[in-house]
Amino acid sequence: MAAGVPARLMLNGIAKRFPGVLANDNVSFSVAPGKIHALLGENGAGKSTLVKMIYGVMPPDAGSMSWNGAQVTVASPRAARKLGIGMVFQHFSLFEALSVLENIALGLDTRISQRDLEVEIRKVLDSYGLKLDPFRIVATLSVGERQRIEIVRALLLDPQLLIMDEPTSVLTPQEVEQLFETLRKLAAGGCSILYISHKLHEIVALCEAATILRAGKVVAECDPRRETSKSMAELMIGTKLMSITKAPGRTLGAPKLAVQDLSLPRRGDFGVALQDISFRVRAGEIFGIAGVAGNGQNELLEALSGEILSPMAGTIMLDAAALGQLGPEARRKAGLCAVPEERNGHAAVGEFSLADNAILTARGRLGLVRRGFINAAKARRYTEDIIKTFGVKAQGSGTLGGSLSGGNLQKFIMGREILQKPGVLVLSQPTWGVDAGAAAAIHQEIVDLAAAGSAVVVISQDLDELLSLCDTMVVINLGRLSRELTVGAVSIEDIGLLMGGVHGDPAATVHMTEVLHATAV
Amino acid sequence: MSIDFLISALVTIIGVSTPILLAATGELVVEKSGVLNLGVEGMMLIGAIAGFAVTNATFNPWAGLICAAAAGVLAASMFGVLVLTLGSNQVATGLALSIFGIGLSSLIGQAYEGTMNPPFGSIFPYELAHHPYGKVLFGHSPLVYFAFVMVFATSWFLNRTRAGLVLRAVGENDLSAHSIGYSVVGVRFAAIAFGGALAGLAGAYFSMVITPIWAQQLTAGRGWIALALVVFAGWRASRLIFGAYLFGFLMTLELYAKASGYHVMPSQFWASMPYLMAVVVLAVISARDRGGSYAPACLGRPFVPNG
Amino acid sequence: MRLRFEKRVAPSQFMQVATPVASVLLTMVIGAILFEALGYDGPRAVKEIFLTPIIESYKWQDVATRAAPLILIGLGLSVGNRAKVWNIGAEGQYIIGALSGAGVAYGTQSAQGLWIIPLMILAGIVGGMAWAAIPALLKVRFQVNEILSSLMLTYVALQVLSYLITGPWKDPNGHNFPQTAPFTDAQLMPHTLFGTFIPPGLVVAFGLALVFWLVIAKTTFGYQIRVVGAAPQAARYGGFDAAQTVFLAMLIGGGTAGLAGIIEASSQSGQINLGFPSGYGFTAIIVSFLGRLHPVGVVIAGLLMAVSYVGGQVAQSAVHVPNATAGIFQATMLFLLLASDKLVRYRLRLVRAPAKPITAGASA
Repeated sequence: MAAGVPARLMLNGIAKRFPGVLANDNVSFSVAPGKIHALLGENGAGKSTLVKMIYGVMPPDAGSMSWNGAQVTVASPRAARKLGIGMVFQHFSLFEALSVLENIALGLDTRISQRDLEVEIRKVLDSYGLKLDPFRIVATLSVGERQRIEIVRALLLDPQLLIMDEPTSVLTPQEVEQLFETLRKLAAGGCSILYISHKLHEIVALCEAATILRAGKVVAECDPRRETSKSMAELMIGTKLMSITKAPGRTLGAPKLAVQDLSLPRRGDFGVALQDISFRVRAGEIFGIAGVAGNGQNELLEALSGEILSPMAGTIMLDAAALGQLGPEARRKAGLCAVPEERNGHAAVGEFSLADNAILTARGRLGLVRRGFINAAKARRYTEDIIKTFGVKAQGSGTLGGSLSGGNLQKFIMGREILQKPGVLVLSQPTWGVDAGAAAAIHQEIVDLAAAGSAVVVISQDLDELLSLCDTMVVINLGRLSRELTVGAVSIEDIGLLMGGVHGDPAATVHMTEVLHATAV
Repeated sequence: MSIDFLISALVTIIGVSTPILLAATGELVVEKSGVLNLGVEGMMLIGAIAGFAVTNATFNPWAGLICAAAAGVLAASMFGVLVLTLGSNQVATGLALSIFGIGLSSLIGQAYEGTMNPPFGSIFPYELAHHPYGKVLFGHSPLVYFAFVMVFATSWFLNRTRAGLVLRAVGENDLSAHSIGYSVVGVRFAAIAFGGALAGLAGAYFSMVITPIWAQQLTAGRGWIALALVVFAGWRASRLIFGAYLFGFLMTLELYAKASGYHVMPSQFWASMPYLMAVVVLAVISARDRGGSYAPACLGRPFVPNG
Repeated sequence: MRLRFEKRVAPSQFMQVATPVASVLLTMVIGAILFEALGYDGPRAVKEIFLTPIIESYKWQDVATRAAPLILIGLGLSVGNRAKVWNIGAEGQYIIGALSGAGVAYGTQSAQGLWIIPLMILAGIVGGMAWAAIPALLKVRFQVNEILSSLMLTYVALQVLSYLITGPWKDPNGHNFPQTAPFTDAQLMPHTLFGTFIPPGLVVAFGLALVFWLVIAKTTFGYQIRVVGAAPQAARYGGFDAAQTVFLAMLIGGGTAGLAGIIEASSQSGQINLGFPSGYGFTAIIVSFLGRLHPVGVVIAGLLMAVSYVGGQVAQSAVHVPNATAGIFQATMLFLLLASDKLVRYRLRLVRAPAKPITAGASA
């Protein structure tokens, strides 16, 4: 930082407490003007809470903030915006049924006519080389485009500090590169960027300074350009990283799961049609399906789990059994278990006890019901088994699902399915929003399950996860699968291109994705 | 069928449709903000008795109307506090409001049973209001014109003003609106109060214009038809008029069938027509609305801000 | 210092029971004050409404008679409510059930035998189910809001009633009054059983409560109802057919309402006239909520509502409060219950305002 120039933003001793947890504990750091500053930490470290306080969404319980050298209280998001702080949230504040223009208008504090606003928006889009049609209805836009709305909203403020909260979890590698370009341009113009993420290689590529949070406290400050992903990861987690142990030289068995020409029409106005999906997974193999959210992953999972039936029985085969026309319970009995992406309300019911949640999927395969009556004792024993074997932090089988932390609930759900010893297990985003410790445990369980002879399918947006777990991979894009890729023999760039759907021109890829999205709707 | 018959039929239809139109307009705004208020029937009855009682006491129908609207706002506010501040179940609370309104209006109305007020008719000059043809346009109580104005005003408000945009946004995605910094509770409460005012006026139409004699439950389920009307109109203000007049026409059929002694179908058939039609209409509209893309996305869901 | 709601770790069992009780007590207090303000003897009115029917044994039969249909319908509605199905048309299903049974009676006027009453009861149940099947089908096939459709059908049911008793089923010896012919001896159930104050409907209600409790707590079907109501997507994932569950849940509501209707017609009124619809279908909605959707709760709430009905009449003659009071009390109890519901999931806390950092002019 140049001598005499005050920090753009300085936090001193910020603290925030919620019932049962100290989210931020004596956090102090400063962001220099025009610098891209990373805020690093795993899920649950307190990053989001901290940033919400900077943006005025909630007040800190202790500590002070200063802006360009003067102490300041940010009482509300409006006050933050007045100061010149813009924020792009991880979860967008968009209104699907309204147009881009209306959405941006809603995010502004000043009243401005629609015509003038359109002019302003086009000015911003031009100066940063972004593409967006102000009159499109948001529901028809891809995730990358939606993020662009949020970015334009923030840029219209002419901000001095732009906060980006986990911006790349929903972007293709090419879209990420484009975002970085925009951010670098902003920083060159004097705007500071506070970049929150847990994606280490991105931070190494983009940021000039980093503050690392762990369990609510600042544990390190560093320059990412001089660190490695591994060293920062260890600072983030606090322990030496254990790599997953995979038995070397495993042999894969005969094909266990065969999906042939699975095609499904689009569900509703905003769904994705599946087209000619075919793949085979052998016993002991971990098969990955990569892709950015919104390309048919949920539809594929539901087609595999049985929530959506296939037009023909033979479309989905487990060993010799044709499952296509069977519902979820029949598929479980045949040995196919699945875990959907959404923990709350889909894979598990928050209002139910863990025992009741166990009954949800295990009752048929493990005989927890008999002649229409529930065997409560058996369900309880199974639940306790899961809790013990998978290290779920819960008080007992009567604990409510909703009272468990994300990571714990996910461990329970994984345990519930794995202990049913399925022949095939299909997982969607198995470690989404889960802290690194639980994620590592879940990864090991997946590897162990495959080693015991099951076929595992992992659908995930997290390329790192897929590359560390899978033997074979495909990419799903707009409801179609790419060719099979052997992990270790393909580069991230290639995968990124497949995620974008076009083989070849990277710049065209991003544009093409959006066009394909728009016409597909 | 003579011209006179047509004219008087038209006048009747307009009269019968007005309260439904008023109540539905109010409820449309409420639902656009994401709240489902089933208490329309109760609010109408509360407005009805308030309007009647005040007119009876002051001999001033305008005072009656204002108090009817105010009573509707009060009743709606009870609902608003329960649903917005305390997050109570919207369906149950709305029902409770209806049951409460029915009971309260009966209780207060007991003292007025059989009493008669002068009807609050047209304020236009006598010749115009009673002109054989002109009475279609000029022979109505001010509430009729008010209802029309309100529909257009509401449509303009929702679609062309910023406040209306904010209200629609709150109904589409309350969490997003909250993140941006809008007061979801504030917007919804205002919408609920507005709905209460219009429902109160709709009720007053029954007790002050149609038959200014107090009788128990004189709204006879029109509040529920107003709710169906909002669905029928696809939550678009411009379609309300069409639907209200359709129901008005059906309800008038019943009156005319009874009066003319037309015996091919029993009178009960005509009496049930509006309700059966409502069911049919609901089925048709809902069947076409695959994926629920007409209704505001947050309709009926409580607002739970996290953080 | 401000009041703030803090989410509890798990819903409070204590509050689940305490809130309905507190709502009732508070309603009594409010009622007393309200009546005083209107010029009546407030405390006496409340005593007559709530206490007298419980204490005076000559009122027990009245209470029991009114409680039976409330509990029956409430049980059916509570199953539906658990599946997040809102059957507001129970009153219509009650009427159609009674009419269906009356139809059997109309056709068996000169017949004899023990099979007549069971047939009437069966007809009542089927009639109620059929009337509920209409909104159920509309919901499952076309996603029509069952609140509106079931309610509209209630008004239609009233018209059907009016038509039948003034037309085809009119009592030939009834001096042109709108009513059916009185049921014959073979078609009547006794007012009360074996000389006690207990009507047959109440026995059926208690029995059904036990059955429902067992089914909801211990069977797969009960689990199915609970999970469809709690998380429909999870229900599908678990292999349950949400549409079928919703359909069955509505039919159960209709069936119990129809059952209540025919029992009431056969054991109490002995015929059907314009006064037959007594609003039980609507009050049962309150019973279902007040009873927290639990069979035991529904029984208690049903008895309580019955007490308030009977008490309302007692108070009318004793203290001259108008008859409509019962409805207001019931609605107030529901309001208070709904208002206090938040305390089950949230705790009320007095919090100190957070320490504000020193503000010394913001630069913009």
